[in-house]
Amino acid sequence: MSTQDDKAKEVSADGVAGPIILFFILGLAASLVFGWVIFPKLLYSQKKQPIDFNHVLHDEAVEEGCESCHFFREDGSFSGIPKLAQCVECHEEAQGEDPNEVKFVEEYVANGREVPWLVYARQPDCVFFSHAAHVKKAEMDCGTCHGHIGESEHSRVYEENRITGYSRDIWGKNISGLKKHTWERMKMDDCAECHTTKEIKTDVETLPWPINWLPRPYEKQTGNQARVKTVKEACFVCHK
Amino acid sequence: MKIGRRSFLSFVIGGVAGTAITPLPWKLMDDSSIWSQNWPWTPVPPDGEYSQVNSVCTLCPGGCGITVRKVDDRVVKIEGMKGHPINDGGLCLMGLSGLQLLYGPTRVKTPLKRVGKRGEGKWEKISWDEAISEVTKKLADIRSNGESHAVGSIVDSESGTVPNLFKRFLTAYGSPNFMTVPSIQDSYGMTLQLMQGVSAQAGFDAENADFILSFGSGIIDGWGSPVRMFKANSAWKANGKKVVQIEPRLSNTAAKSDKWIPIKPGTEAALALGLANVIITNSLDSKKISQSTGFDSFKKLVQNEYSTDKVSKITGITSATIVSLAKNFARASKPLAICGKGQGSIPGSLNEFMAVHALNALVGNINKDGGVWAVTETDYIKWPKPEMDSIAENGMQKERIDGAGSEYPHTKSLLNRLAEVINSGDGSLEALFVSGANPLYSMPDSKAIKNAFDNVPFIISFSSYMDETASNADLILPNHVYLERYEDVPTLAGLSKPIVGLARPVVKPQFNTKHVGDVVMLIAKALGGGMADAFPWESYEACLKETLGVKWDVLVEKGFEFNGDKCMLEGDFNFYPEAMKSLSDFSPVSVEGSAISYPLILIPYDSIRLANGYIGDPPFAIKAVEDTVLKGKTACVEINPKTGKELGLTEGRYAFLHTPRGKAKVKVHLYEGIMPGIVALPRGLGHTAYDKYLAGKGCNFNELIGPAEDPVSGLDAAWGIRARLTKV
Repeated sequence: MSTQDDKAKEVSADGVAGPIILFFILGLAASLVFGWVIFPKLLYSQKKQPIDFNHVLHDEAVEEGCESCHFFREDGSFSGIPKLAQCVECHEEAQGEDPNEVKFVEEYVANGREVPWLVYARQPDCVFFSHAAHVKKAEMDCGTCHGHIGESEHSRVYEENRITGYSRDIWGKNISGLKKHTWERMKMDDCAECHTTKEIKTDVETLPWPINWLPRPYEKQTGNQARVKTVKEACFVCHK
Repeated sequence: MKIGRRSFLSFVIGGVAGTAITPLPWKLMDDSSIWSQNWPWTPVPPDGEYSQVNSVCTLCPGGCGITVRKVDDRVVKIEGMKGHPINDGGLCLMGLSGLQLLYGPTRVKTPLKRVGKRGEGKWEKISWDEAISEVTKKLADIRSNGESHAVGSIVDSESGTVPNLFKRFLTAYGSPNFMTVPSIQDSYGMTLQLMQGVSAQAGFDAENADFILSFGSGIIDGWGSPVRMFKANSAWKANGKKVVQIEPRLSNTAAKSDKWIPIKPGTEAALALGLANVIITNSLDSKKISQSTGFDSFKKLVQNEYSTDKVSKITGITSATIVSLAKNFARASKPLAICGKGQGSIPGSLNEFMAVHALNALVGNINKDGGVWAVTETDYIKWPKPEMDSIAENGMQKERIDGAGSEYPHTKSLLNRLAEVINSGDGSLEALFVSGANPLYSMPDSKAIKNAFDNVPFIISFSSYMDETASNADLILPNHVYLERYEDVPTLAGLSKPIVGLARPVVKPQFNTKHVGDVVMLIAKALGGGMADAFPWESYEACLKETLGVKWDVLVEKGFEFNGDKCMLEGDFNFYPEAMKSLSDFSPVSVEGSAISYPLILIPYDSIRLANGYIGDPPFAIKAVEDTVLKGKTACVEINPKTGKELGLTEGRYAFLHTPRGKAKVKVHLYEGIMPGIVALPRGLGHTAYDKYLAGKGCNFNELIGPAEDPVSGLDAAWGIRARLTKV
């Protein structure tokens, strides 16, 4: 008993600040570990693509590069991930021994079932995005938003946000939301990055909305106020 | 070291401070906002390749062209087809809601055989083979007993390949009882036959008319080809043309007209003749026409019997209004008079049609721009007559059960008489096919129809939907819906240029259904012998291709083709045909019920938001019905506030509506736009079948009214019935 009392006295002699600071630091450290390390692991579930896809192999085999499978349809809409029918053009029967390919042919081609690909870049349903405007009109490179996906030999793990149900690629791999490359995040701010800074060609008469607010659906005001300024109805260019 | 309250608080504070500099709160805030803007339980249709298919809407006889928008293999929207001669991009509420008839809950998904009592709703799912052999066995038995004439069919129209396949089937089988759903087309056809001596339909050059006198026709309530009429009406408004609407109720059409003249219901023919009298007496008639057959007798009739004062008394319209209306009509450069009440689904009194047609003839607008043309459809169905064996020959010699062609020599089909003939024991049917029709709902006096159907031992429905008739059938052989099948769609519907359109499969059949044309052929082939020989085609599609010949390619490419001619007057106009003289002398159709026990008169009204034929309102459409028409699950009756006061009924009160034929609980809606003494009830409500969105809402007008045979045509001419309203 006496020993403890002594210790207590010692502590109080040093002031009560010691353990309080210690526990503050402990709390701080624990929350930092939780927030930066554990939380992202809890937030995202890890899913494997139904079939491991090799972009490099396919790119070598097809004639028109990326456009062989990811093409613009006649009406200007973008085909995105190919449908089974396109795959079947070459893969009616398994070409080679690869177990992935055998699985693909047996499970999907033979049954006429579409492959339930997990789409890394799928935006929330409230977002409207036109590939044609960006790729055809603004002549942007696919890699600007999608990165070096075409150079991948395996499908990477798809991480799904347990709250929103959307891919981690939208927020970005880095949980802090920071990025080094343009393709590492796909949030609205990332759209704004170009739309507020870049000079965008004004030759847009063929597009269905008035030219005066197309190039800059919203722009950052110069000066002290850094808030986003929107033009009337500009929201509905991108948001449903 | 003592771990106390302070340490714990310090730990928590440290945790909070630390959390603030992790991404956790900011990320959660962002995620929860995304989550709340995209509720995971809100269905998001999958994206895919967009495509469009041109086809024809078959939900009403209007024949509108449609452009169906698809995403991959799923239909997502139906739009009016741009450039189509009927609707040019426009579409009505029903047409827009057609998707719900494709994907909705009311479809019959596989052949069904009744296992419980009729109408009990107990069904056994059977295969197509079983279904066809079941029908075949029954029909073979009936035929071998020499009762082939006791098989009948009820179909939606008489033109097009599908109705003609039924007709051919019955002919080869040995039955004359091919019945069609009646409409004003039957009355107009007969009017032209009697007055102009042509076998043709009335085609209205509505777009070019400049004074439209409508005897209760719901120009914007679904009359004729509905979208075409909306467009014509808009064009009249834009170009300052005049529309005068004559009817007892301020309908939407009346409200949008230049002048609404309320009239005592059922006296429209008298008004037309009264107008004719003013026109003739004031020498405003076209001089050429006065040389026509029967003109003098007609002149004598209208001058003696339909003087302005007398007509004013009959119709309740002031003499001054009658005179000025007649003068304005006759002086207009392109006047046009039309009739057929509401949507024109009740054939109506032939008197009225002849009187109105005589009015058109008087002002010289028959076969003129902006007038009434006699039009004929090109009959592209050139099948050789089927070979008939002795049973078929004998059967076809028998008189039709409905008396069409015999008792009523000018009429082809009299579905309205079927119930009475069967119920009175004057005739009977052993088996009945029903396709594209829902007589248990849409024919007047539903109770009598139900009794009659109860006396038919074998009823086969080809309906795609679980409608009232299908629910009371013994066997349902579900047809593809119109978005899943090929079919030629010949359209008259008052068009001055008849059209044939091609309905085509927009999506593959969603369920285990079969094209009705294929089923008819399969049954015939299973019956064998001459029956099988009468149908040499491999499939309905093959039959359609062969029948349409060169038209097929045009139809596949364009979706429609003009399909008919305007026929010139053969001989002159007959103002006073024999048939009229001997039978009725333009006397009006009386209304059923005694004025003492039923002091009010009940009339129906049509709305573009309520389908009242084979198709019931899809969920979207029924949602669009105002709460002055349907409140909760009760239909509203319209009465004038004066009538309400006399009966002690206030707005929103429940009441019982009694007629000699039935009784229904209704809600009272006081409405200045209806004549005192009249009760109006919407048609298209009170379904007992279809889905939960439609069944049990309001009451069926047809349960409250009985048919009234027109003395010349035999067609149903009932325009109303006596009624009584009592407080609940």
